Amino acid sequence: MSMTTPRIDSGKLGELAATPDGRGAETVFAVSDLTVSYSGNVALKGVDLAIQKNFVTAFIGPSGCGKSTFIRCFNRMNDLVPGARVDGEVLYHGRDLYGANVDPVEVRRRIGMVFQKPNPFPKSIYDNIAFGPRILGMKQDIDERVERTLKHAALWDEVKDRLKENALGLSGGQQQRLCIARALAVEPDVILMDEPASALDPISTSRIEDLIHELKNEYTIVIVTHNMQQAARVADKTAFFSVELREDGSGRHGILVEYDQTTKVFTNPTDKRTEDYVTGRFG
Amino acid sequence: MSTVTPDPLAPAPIDRQGIRLGDVLFKGIAFVAAVGVAAVLGLLTYEVFSLAWPAIQEFGLSFIWTQGWNPNSNVYGALVFIYGTIVTSFIALLLATPLSIAIALFLTEIAPGRVAAPIATMVELLAAIPSVVLGLWGILVFGPWVANHLEPWLQSWFGFLPIFSGDPSQAGILPAALVLTIMIIPITSAICRELFSRVPRDLSDGSLALGSTRWEAIRRVAIPYAAPGISAAVLLGLGRAFGEAIAVTQVIGSGNTINESLFPPGDTLGSRIASSYIGASTAIEAQSLLYLAAILLVISLITNVSAQAIVNRFQKARRMSTG
Ligand SMILES: Nc1ncnc2c1ncn2[C@@H]1O[C@H](COP(=O)(O)OP(=O)(O)OP(=O)(O)O)[C@@H](O)[C@H]1O
Ligand SMILES: [Mg+2]
Repeated sequence: MSMTTPRIDSGKLGELAATPDGRGAETVFAVSDLTVSYSGNVALKGVDLAIQKNFVTAFIGPSGCGKSTFIRCFNRMNDLVPGARVDGEVLYHGRDLYGANVDPVEVRRRIGMVFQKPNPFPKSIYDNIAFGPRILGMKQDIDERVERTLKHAALWDEVKDRLKENALGLSGGQQQRLCIARALAVEPDVILMDEPASALDPISTSRIEDLIHELKNEYTIVIVTHNMQQAARVADKTAFFSVELREDGSGRHGILVEYDQTTKVFTNPTDKRTEDYVTGRFG
Repeated sequence: MSTVTPDPLAPAPIDRQGIRLGDVLFKGIAFVAAVGVAAVLGLLTYEVFSLAWPAIQEFGLSFIWTQGWNPNSNVYGALVFIYGTIVTSFIALLLATPLSIAIALFLTEIAPGRVAAPIATMVELLAAIPSVVLGLWGILVFGPWVANHLEPWLQSWFGFLPIFSGDPSQAGILPAALVLTIMIIPITSAICRELFSRVPRDLSDGSLALGSTRWEAIRRVAIPYAAPGISAAVLLGLGRAFGEAIAVTQVIGSGNTINESLFPPGDTLGSRIASSYIGASTAIEAQSLLYLAAILLVISLITNVSAQAIVNRFQKARRMSTG
């Protein structure tokens, strides 16, 4: 795909990025020159990237390169870390996510998150799913919503007879799918997943991946993963992050090295560092 | 190869190598300590009951629901003191529980570390005030303040309630309950603080990531998580309130009647024992005081056992299911 035209029609850019089934035509997040630091130490520097609607976007890279730090910028979870500071711009459907009038609570209602370690509440399966809707005041038809959500997350058949049982009694993989379902219950726009399968066995992992495939028609998904095959299997686009030593020797920070279609990143990367990483010569 | 030569690569033998002195000593000391504590408790209970026995025989169980205490006319009954104990402790808990939870939440969730640490220390230092000193403060400062300001204020707003009727008084059930509140707060708030700081971070993150406010995360995740511990803390506070004698004696006014208002003097089991035992003029008065002690002992034991039971049930429920 050669893009030699000097004048780029920005209206066409989206179409270029879109897949034949029409996903990816719109931009959900546009990040420019994003730098995150913890208590003055830069952890991630100068990231520019856009995330397309209904795409699965994967972040890969060695440990400590700032993948979690980055994904937490999209739902303002970094606000909860004392000393964390985010500079640069994150536009969400064109609106500055870090603007003065933006309420992080409202942001998190639209942008759900699934964590590395399954973290169901020590409540019943039903109450876990109903948690978000209750907070958001979606009080009607909770029963129906719980059922619909669990079916959506392909968990219904396994739990329909034990909705009143404690969620901690589920297996790790079921717990993680419950956490995905919990995030779906409030009908978010985007789902962020930070290594959602890293604590799970291969079968549970493949069920999560199937689920991601199911969900991408309705949601925009951003996933951090250590597992390159996983990124290759689920993601439309992949961003490779790496660690860069600072020139003045004051430490290291994460940078975005390459961001492209997943097939391109894995088969024909532009950057030598990406190539080393995806071929296993690094980390 | 018929003789068995020890193979140098074979694993070391696993036969018993003689006694392990450390383990045996440890087990022995632990056993003696456990049995010793149980024995002291049993012995103490026996002693109290046997010393009180003449009074128990003389007055029977009706002692418990008899009102009045007059050594001159030989009238002895525990009801006034049981009532005083329960009412002062109940009010103290009613005030101390929400305050302790609020203090703990403030210190763990709201105040930044460098503010939280000194405040926490100060709250805990409240527990270091000797109760007799707190009682003196109660007599000299707090009691007059209650009589001159708090009780008239309560009366002007809630005077229609019988518990706030009658004349304000420097010494009475209400100031005693408030002094008890001050004495319980350090314990219950310290336990609550510990409980809230142990709520797993990923649970509150999970709640916040769903779009809950911090208060919703506290109310729907942190408080339910800490609930069994909080109920245990409350019962521990109750144990302390039941048993406290000195400071209560100083501010409760040694009343001999039950009043529907909280203003007039009353008395508690512990306070009456502390204030009257040395001056007891007759054998039956001393034995009646020991009867009060026996009742206090039983009430305290019941409180502690139910505290245990509640904690156990909560823990089981959390482990098993049915959220
Ligand atoms: N809460 C925090 N406080 C201080 N420094 C932090 C915090 N979280 C992350 N960091 C630092 O920021 C850098 C990036 O961390 P981050 O967790 O984002 O990496 P990661 O790519 O997700 O790594 P992994 O693959 O191991 O999860 C690291 O150097 C880390 O030490
Ligand atoms: Mg991470």
